[in-house]
Amino acid sequence: MYRAPIFRMCDITGLQVDRTAERLIRLNAVFAALALLVAVIGALLLVLTRWQSVHLLPAQWYYRILTLHGLNTLIFWIVFFEVAGLYFGSTIVLSAPFCAPRVGWLALLLMVAGFLLADVMVLAGYADVLMTSYVPLQAHWLYYLGIILFAVGALIAVFLFFGNLMVARRAGTYGGTLPLFTYGLAAAAIIAVITLVSGAIIYVPTFLWSLGVIPRVDPALYKLVWWGLGHPAQQINVSAMVSVWYLAAYLTTGGVSVNERVSRIAFVLYILFICLASAHHLLVDPAVSSVWKVWNTSYAMYLAVLASMIHAFAVPAAIEAAQRARGYTRGLFQWLAKAPWGNPTFSATVLSIIGFGFIGGITGVIYGMEQTNIIVHNTLAIPGHFKGTVVLGTSLAFMGITYYLIPLVFRRRIVGLGLARWQPWIFAVGVALLAIAMVGLGVLGVPRRHWDVTFSGAPFRHSFPAIAGVLWVIFGLGGLLAVGGVLLWLGIVVLSVFFGPRMEGPHDMQLPLAQPVPLQHNPDGKKFVAPGTLVATLVFLATFLVFFWLNWKWLAATWGVR
Amino acid sequence: MSLRPPAEGWYETPIARDERGWVAVAMSVCLCLFFWMIGWHLYGQQNPSSISYRISPSEYMQLHLQWVERYRIGEENGVPVVAPPPGSDVLLLAQMWRWSPVVVLQKGQEYTFHLASVDLLHGFSLQPVNMNFMVYPGYDYVLRFRPREAGEFHILCNEFCGIGHHLMTGKVYVVENAAELERLRQRFRGSQP
Repeated sequence: MYRAPIFRMCDITGLQVDRTAERLIRLNAVFAALALLVAVIGALLLVLTRWQSVHLLPAQWYYRILTLHGLNTLIFWIVFFEVAGLYFGSTIVLSAPFCAPRVGWLALLLMVAGFLLADVMVLAGYADVLMTSYVPLQAHWLYYLGIILFAVGALIAVFLFFGNLMVARRAGTYGGTLPLFTYGLAAAAIIAVITLVSGAIIYVPTFLWSLGVIPRVDPALYKLVWWGLGHPAQQINVSAMVSVWYLAAYLTTGGVSVNERVSRIAFVLYILFICLASAHHLLVDPAVSSVWKVWNTSYAMYLAVLASMIHAFAVPAAIEAAQRARGYTRGLFQWLAKAPWGNPTFSATVLSIIGFGFIGGITGVIYGMEQTNIIVHNTLAIPGHFKGTVVLGTSLAFMGITYYLIPLVFRRRIVGLGLARWQPWIFAVGVALLAIAMVGLGVLGVPRRHWDVTFSGAPFRHSFPAIAGVLWVIFGLGGLLAVGGVLLWLGIVVLSVFFGPRMEGPHDMQLPLAQPVPLQHNPDGKKFVAPGTLVATLVFLATFLVFFWLNWKWLAATWGVR
Repeated sequence: MSLRPPAEGWYETPIARDERGWVAVAMSVCLCLFFWMIGWHLYGQQNPSSISYRISPSEYMQLHLQWVERYRIGEENGVPVVAPPPGSDVLLLAQMWRWSPVVVLQKGQEYTFHLASVDLLHGFSLQPVNMNFMVYPGYDYVLRFRPREAGEFHILCNEFCGIGHHLMTGKVYVVENAAELERLRQRFRGSQP
């Protein structure tokens, strides 16, 4: 039976809000926060175990919690939040109805069932296989079933997003062109389909193998296809994160992309080339050749990296151009000094951009080159890299945008806005210290996913250089600070959403909605729109080249190998 | 605009000078990175090989044991010590949770390493040189190493392989020359039971 959607008109943005879509967005966001809570408790235990002077957990529980942490951060927290984002971008942003509410509830049910099943199996000790579960390591079949249920739910949610877009287009609820935010999410959704199909191709046989239906799964094939899920999944995050950057730039400063065509082409580059990223994890593996590795690891000559570099200019340029149009034109950086730093969404976005670029991006590109991977593969430098991308980049961007979702979607005032202004800084400084320490330890050769790097009880004990001790302290302190930042965010979100005062109207809006400003006339593109941003991106490039040079120098000092 | 459809004529908007410049610079960097990797294959000393073979764990185990017996010179901490002739093969075995054997190499000579596991995935991590490669069951990964300096080195496992993962360590000796190799041989002979 068809039921007509019930809309409310948003008194702040003027958008038409489908109540069912709103409820689904809220619930997905709540489960995202729940997964993040599980993940961050895990993070705390892991930091206190690897920090050798504390060494809290016994070996078995270390690997168990590591499995739990990986799953809940990289998959559950992010995918739940992304589903909320996909629904938001395809209904509320477009003033459109949710295309199939019942299917939406089914998707949520599957995802929640999968999330709970997988977490319970891990905690009960039936899946000490780490997030990657490389065969022939084997978990209980219910664990694989949990992942499959979650993935099927997520895939349905992605198709609902496309359904919403079709309904909105037919009904003509928006102009002929999608807003850039939704366009970026569409890119993320397309990548998600490719990713989830890879996931099905590998998890279904593995599930059957765990039941004894098929005799074996080839370990090299498993790793190849599993990373067809694992790495592009992170590119969904990149795409979604960049979309959130554009949205945050607009909400906080009124900034719009200085050239929508360029920004959109960059999203298309993600779709076309990101699916090659499986190679990043196979650079020092047998069974695949160097030709395959070089082509795939570079996303076909780095065209997906080019896309990120385009956004790295375009998002700050949007902010700069808006600020300059407001009259902050003095020098190269007055626009930045006069930016709304008191707005936690703004500071979170800027910190996310810097962290993603300088820590995650630089290490990612260099560690993803075929030869330099030799000196970092499976060392702590690798999680150091993705603490930069997915924690400092994606998670912080998502946390930041939540400060607008609380009043606009949950219709509550933010409780503890004063603390919220500090939250992005605490979290960003913590994760940055953690990530830099991990990269440093990785350069010294310290392995990742390792319970005891003093090797007590082993036939040969290796000791790392003394500087490692200092890095472990930075690691520990950074980790604790980052955990504090997440707990603070969770506290603010839970208190606001469940106990905060209800929004009565625009006057209750604590964070301003910036108005777009007419940009400077630039008819033939001869003028500079964002000179400050250009200088900042060149500084980024210089930093990249220094780190590039260092890593190749380190590589050249190792033994010859061919 | 990010929350609303873009303004009329967005598709025709010319690209500003700074954005155009940045995209050009970024694109040239991207191309350089790509060709750098190919260039390193031609001129660099460190390149992962493309040589690997399928081999069943039991067959590899057999070959490994034969090879160890052939070049064995002693034992250290319960692990056999093997000194293969310079320029020959090294059949390293990864197994939960040990690396076998301890290998004695000569500086500047090239050895053909075979990396294979007989159970799970393992990570070959040579320290403190810091070179890392994956080891699979069912695959023989062939890598030709040329040690650059003499000394004692460790092999760690850096791919999770179960509860005893942190116990999985091995050792490599690199000797300066043939005379030193002989001295080491004597030392191990002396320690033999």
